[in-house]
Amino acid sequence: MRGARGRFGDRLLHVYTWLIILWLSSPIAVMILFGFNDKKSKSNTSWQGFTLKWYGELFEISDLTTALRNSIVIALVSTVITVVIGTMLGLAVGRHRFRGLGATNFLVFAAISTPELVMGASLLSLFVSGNVPRDGNTIIVAHVLFSLSFVVVTVRARVITLDPSLEEAAKDLGATAWGTFRQVTLPSIMPGVLAGAMLSFALSIDDYVVTSFVNGSTVTFPLWIVGAVKTGIPPQVNVMGTLIFGIGVLIAVANAVAARRRA
Amino acid sequence: MKRLTPYLLALPSWLWLAIFLVVPMVAMASVSLQTGNAIDGYAMTFSFSNYADALGRYSDQLLRSLLYGGLATVAMLVIGYPVAYWIAFKGGSRKSVYLFLLLLPFFVSFVLRTISWNFLLADNGILFGTLKGWGVLPEGFHVLATTVAVVGGLTYNFLPFMILPIYVALERVDPRVVEAAQDLYATRAGAFRRVVLPLSLPGVFAGVLMTFVPATADPVNAQILGGTANTMIGNIIQTEYLTNLDYPTASALSFTLMAILLVGIFIYARALGTENVLEAAAR
Amino acid sequence: MNPRQITPALLRGMTQPRTRRDFFRVTGLSAAGLALAACGVQGQKAAPPKADAVKDYWAKQSKHGKLVFANWPEYMPEDQAPLKKFTQTTGISVEYKEVIQENAEFFGKADPVLRAGQSLGYDIVVMTNGVQLQHMVELGYIVPLDHSRMPNFLANAGDKYKERAYDPGNQYTMPYSSGVTGIAYNTKYVKDDITSIEALFDPKYKGRVGMMADAQEIGNFGMFALGVDPEKSTEADWKKAGEKLKQQRDAGIVRKYYDQSYIDAVSKGDVWLTMAWSGDIFQRQLAGEPVKFVVPDEGGTIWTDNMLIPKGAANPVDALTLMDYLYQPAVAAELDEFIQFVTPIPAVQDLLREKAATAKGEDKKALEDMVDSPLMFPSAADYAKLRTYTTLTTQQEQVFNSIFQSITQA
Repeated sequence: MRGARGRFGDRLLHVYTWLIILWLSSPIAVMILFGFNDKKSKSNTSWQGFTLKWYGELFEISDLTTALRNSIVIALVSTVITVVIGTMLGLAVGRHRFRGLGATNFLVFAAISTPELVMGASLLSLFVSGNVPRDGNTIIVAHVLFSLSFVVVTVRARVITLDPSLEEAAKDLGATAWGTFRQVTLPSIMPGVLAGAMLSFALSIDDYVVTSFVNGSTVTFPLWIVGAVKTGIPPQVNVMGTLIFGIGVLIAVANAVAARRRA
Repeated sequence: MKRLTPYLLALPSWLWLAIFLVVPMVAMASVSLQTGNAIDGYAMTFSFSNYADALGRYSDQLLRSLLYGGLATVAMLVIGYPVAYWIAFKGGSRKSVYLFLLLLPFFVSFVLRTISWNFLLADNGILFGTLKGWGVLPEGFHVLATTVAVVGGLTYNFLPFMILPIYVALERVDPRVVEAAQDLYATRAGAFRRVVLPLSLPGVFAGVLMTFVPATADPVNAQILGGTANTMIGNIIQTEYLTNLDYPTASALSFTLMAILLVGIFIYARALGTENVLEAAAR
Repeated sequence: MNPRQITPALLRGMTQPRTRRDFFRVTGLSAAGLALAACGVQGQKAAPPKADAVKDYWAKQSKHGKLVFANWPEYMPEDQAPLKKFTQTTGISVEYKEVIQENAEFFGKADPVLRAGQSLGYDIVVMTNGVQLQHMVELGYIVPLDHSRMPNFLANAGDKYKERAYDPGNQYTMPYSSGVTGIAYNTKYVKDDITSIEALFDPKYKGRVGMMADAQEIGNFGMFALGVDPEKSTEADWKKAGEKLKQQRDAGIVRKYYDQSYIDAVSKGDVWLTMAWSGDIFQRQLAGEPVKFVVPDEGGTIWTDNMLIPKGAANPVDALTLMDYLYQPAVAAELDEFIQFVTPIPAVQDLLREKAATAKGEDKKALEDMVDSPLMFPSAADYAKLRTYTTLTTQQEQVFNSIFQSITQA
């Protein structure tokens, strides 16, 4: 009896999960649609007929193309840095007791609770007074700063639930510290690391406020779009968004297929 | 060596946080106590009254932000927990695919999402226009420019930040433990409350932290989705800083907000950590 | 480690000497931070430039054959044809960057750089007249112009654009393009012809009126409604205007205080009538949307995006050459055909009219629409109704902002 109800509950949750995914994706449908809009004026908010021409003219706006490329590079680099140092700190605060633990937690929370604008403005003052030129590198520094806490907190949530006896067993069996980490610790915290990486990538590629302070003359995708809002966003932006989304879905599908093969 | 491990692990992040967070924060703390104006300059006068003034002028917006942030966080927890639960226990080999799909909409710019939402939720748009046409909704009905829209927008925008950490904690739980618990406690609800929930609490804590805090400080949703009385503290800080160039007031408000949030986090961490829960988690 | 254990650790941070030491150690790093704060916001109110100093400055400069132009997006055709022609004619290459999205934000990031005496890396910057531009002037962030190097401007700029309250004597800036703040309404919902600003205060449109969030924009409209000329207004006028706008809000007439997003709201019918910028509405009309723009009888606001040379610019001569080059009517006509805002050069209207006469088909129609549009070429009667933003001193600005922000940011 309980089993049948349980299966029903699971199916309900399955449907519910897909509904939430659909809800989160619903604005994407509109974005994709307006990438096919044969608009006559500069604005692209009312439907005026179907066309494929924006796909043909995708890279006609060179500044926009550069902006997208900048965004992707910055997101990848900052995610790698954030994940590496964030995972290390996540392990430290989740596993060890050490002097400065309280201050560390304090800093991690403070970084999350700093309003973006304040973070951006204060970083700019810092760079200016240190005579650091603002470019892609300073954007990466800033993105690592605001993503770091998210990775630390996510990894920590995983580390806390781990059983330390596994690692001890590995060491007892003669594994080196690095071997233990690579073969025992890392695989078991991997879901947390992956989740942190995804969050960090999403935060970076979508950031506007902080970036706008520390970018110098480097323009990222969100920066370009916000600027274009005043006079109408060209449909190429929708097409690029569609491609980002499409590539993401392809990766997801390929992943799912591969997982099924393995299973 | 072993004694040094945590320090070595923490060192890169410490450096990053010290240089790029602490140094600017101290500078900001100093600015928050200065007086003057942008043109003639600001001078340090240890004017603690800046805090009182700022709070006096903007207490409404501050309280409103905490309320909206809190409402959105509760909504995210209620909406997000079941998703995290299902993916963790029933997602099978496709767990990471589901998570990726949840986050994917956030890879395209927030501007595009916003424009789309404005399109979908327009008073006479594709959704409400149709419903009004059928007579289901009254003519004057609208969602944009209301409190519901702001809280809804916050919920939408931060939901993945609630789901992922809860998932990360739940995924660790062996499904066989859940089955055993179901046998032991006889009901699914009982098993959930006594075994699964406690084990997921570190994730819930992380999720609430990663959503409540940024949602409370967020200026974007109120600006885009709000009406005439939905201004949040993030908007005020933005105006004081960028438009009025009142750096002391902006700094004082930021510190006040951060202090309230940090105190909130500590109290919350304490409240969450009752002995029972811990024992269950340790088992 | 589990969640509960954070708490004692953090509380210890506040109470016990050991962790407090840790905390101080972290803050101890920040002597640099204090130094940074101390020099971060020093004032440097600039005296008006002396004529000799301006002359000396320009005498020392020479042409470098290159420049960097920072502008708003969509303010230059995608192929940058006008700039390419400029390079052909003058041999000066232009690096064109669409990096300015908003005045306040742009100033917010330019201020620390300029305050530190560093260069923004741009030779020309475009800013709207308003508080931020005024701050640029007051803080001495702008290189004064050399009038002997701007013959086209002096010959071709419209009178209105040579006599600007925010830059008397054209000391610092040259207009790039202008626009008008008036009322836009959706003709699907508003059947009456709107002519008066009172429509924005009419309870008939309860919950369907959009106002702008910007203090100067909304302040001007409050004053127009009271019959006050914002250019000559006093603190008492602002307070009265504030009262009027507060009543409007408290009566539930205003749906929302908008930024740029008002345009979608009015074209979709979320608001039926709203304060609006002329260029936006013109583009919507071209797209066939049911929106109409009027300058109310009581008055409208004219604003101008201005080119200026920021302090520390590396190539001021090249910059000034380009700024003046854009004042050739033929060049301006080509540019205006693309950006479709009000041009500061009256001769452009005739040039576009000539072009329309020889063009065919859709092009002809588009050009004729532009030439006839009061949104691109306001009539003399329209201009007579137009006023600029109130010019404010720093002290006045604080009062002004707090009056109107307390309405828009409740």
